[in-house]
Amino acid sequence: MEFLQPATWAEALQLKAVHPQAVPIQGGTDVMVELNFDRHRPEFLLDLSRVGELAQWAPENGHIRLGAGVTYARILTELSDRLPGLAMASRTVGSPQIRNRGTVGGNLGAASPAGDAHPALLAAFAQVEVESVSGLRQIPVAEFYTGVKRNALSPDELIKAVLITPPTGPQQFCKIGTRNAMVISVAAFGLALHPDRKAVGTGIGSAAPTPRRALEAERFLAQSLTDDGLWEFRGALPDATSRRFADLVADAASPIDDVRGTARYRVHSLSVMARRALIWAWNDFRRV
Amino acid sequence: MRVTCTVNGEQHQADDVWEGESLLYVLRERMGFPGSKNACEQGECGSCTIYLDGVLACACLVAAGQAQGRGVRTVEGLGSGDELATIQQTFLEAGAVQCGFCTPGLLVAAHDLLERHAGPTDAEIREALAGNLCRCTGYEKIMEAVRLGATRRATAS
Ligand SMILES: Cc1cc2nc3c(=O)[nH]c(=O)nc-3n(C[C@H](O)[C@H](O)[C@H](O)COP(=O)(O)OP(=O)(O)OC[C@H]3O[C@@H](n4cnc5c(N)ncnc54)[C@H](O)[C@@H]3O)c2cc1C
Ligand code: FES
Ligand code: FES
Repeated sequence: MEFLQPATWAEALQLKAVHPQAVPIQGGTDVMVELNFDRHRPEFLLDLSRVGELAQWAPENGHIRLGAGVTYARILTELSDRLPGLAMASRTVGSPQIRNRGTVGGNLGAASPAGDAHPALLAAFAQVEVESVSGLRQIPVAEFYTGVKRNALSPDELIKAVLITPPTGPQQFCKIGTRNAMVISVAAFGLALHPDRKAVGTGIGSAAPTPRRALEAERFLAQSLTDDGLWEFRGALPDATSRRFADLVADAASPIDDVRGTARYRVHSLSVMARRALIWAWNDFRRV
Repeated sequence: MRVTCTVNGEQHQADDVWEGESLLYVLRERMGFPGSKNACEQGECGSCTIYLDGVLACACLVAAGQAQGRGVRTVEGLGSGDELATIQQTFLEAGAVQCGFCTPGLLVAAHDLLERHAGPTDAEIREALAGNLCRCTGYEKIMEAVRLGATRRATAS
């Protein structure tokens, strides 16, 4: 094994071009488990922890550019107001030790259906910025997940940043697990209301081969709010609307039975989370 | 590969480190700091908790090369000389140590909490120690030790 340690982003891209089989390591909270258990012996480890640019975030053209190497702990302390959905999700990741090292870039790299950043990124319509020596591209996060633990990266590409527009409406994140800390979700749900464009964003975790949006549910809710004039006058949300929304979210899932839960429980818990998240978000929306 | 880093304020070096090795292994087996314990090697138990450049982390999840040139502080570096840190003293007094395997990690995590938070609530203590498992004490004595540590630090300052 060889340990490659670029000091700059340009150098990292060069190394990835020369050694496309190199495994990137940022916080190491996924990669090191694989190495410790000898599940995987990569020829090259590409340590991104010295690439300063990756550990930065900044506002840019109306969105937040979140470097792939920004940790959950920093999202919590520095970005709770600007990225509330992602901050709520970050708050549920692992333990303080894991949040201090784990990153959104690593969550995207691993592309686990259970990754907690995904529902929040999906609901916020985030874009993933990836780069290789041959160029830069931005991928809508919903298109980034291509299969169980698979993503849209080419072998020579690295994740550079996530671009997220700060919210114009409330955001929520819910996660079901056996403990309040240190759990892989049984199911998770992210919600964002986008009143500026009269749109609704959703993200489902741990209930399909990939994280995914509940498109029908998004369309239904956005249309109902428009038809009832609720985006403008922010009145009470009809019970039938929240129930139908919850059903449509549950319909969008295609879960499996596994050690963490049954498919049936996942579908049920998703509908409960969807309805709750909507009611919480709607109450927030009426308050402002 | 060679790894050089500062451990508890002193420069240390290890040679012939395997590139996929963890900082925990380097600390325990190559640099002579067996305080941090190895129980799960997957970030679940917290018994390997250390500070890396002042940030609480599981040493089993840090690649050795990532620690190159960085500052590590282990449980061995909490006190000074023969004098225990406040949190070590209160763990003793409260009876928060049984088999002791979880203790080094819990001490570092509790130390970090008290550095950041002068008077943590019980909920904040539980939250801060959520990444550290103990199979002996049932946690109540550990809670007591941290509360006592917080009080003692407050009266000392
Ligand atoms: C005890 C424990 C608890 C956990 N709890 C949770 C939890 O509650 N929720 C959750 O979602 N996850 C959890 N995880 C998983 C893990 O912490 C997250 O997936 C985290 O986001 C990974 O980030 P990292 O920087 O540590 O990634 P790394 O381990 O460094 O990398 C993860 C993957 O991404 C790739 N990668 C990293 N950076 C890049 C990049 N810039 N470009 C391309 N590929 C890249 C790596 O090659 C690897 O495949 C937990 C892990 C542990 C050990
Ligand atoms: S040995 Fe590192 S967390 Fe258990
Ligand atoms: S004292 Fe034995 S595991 Fe905690």
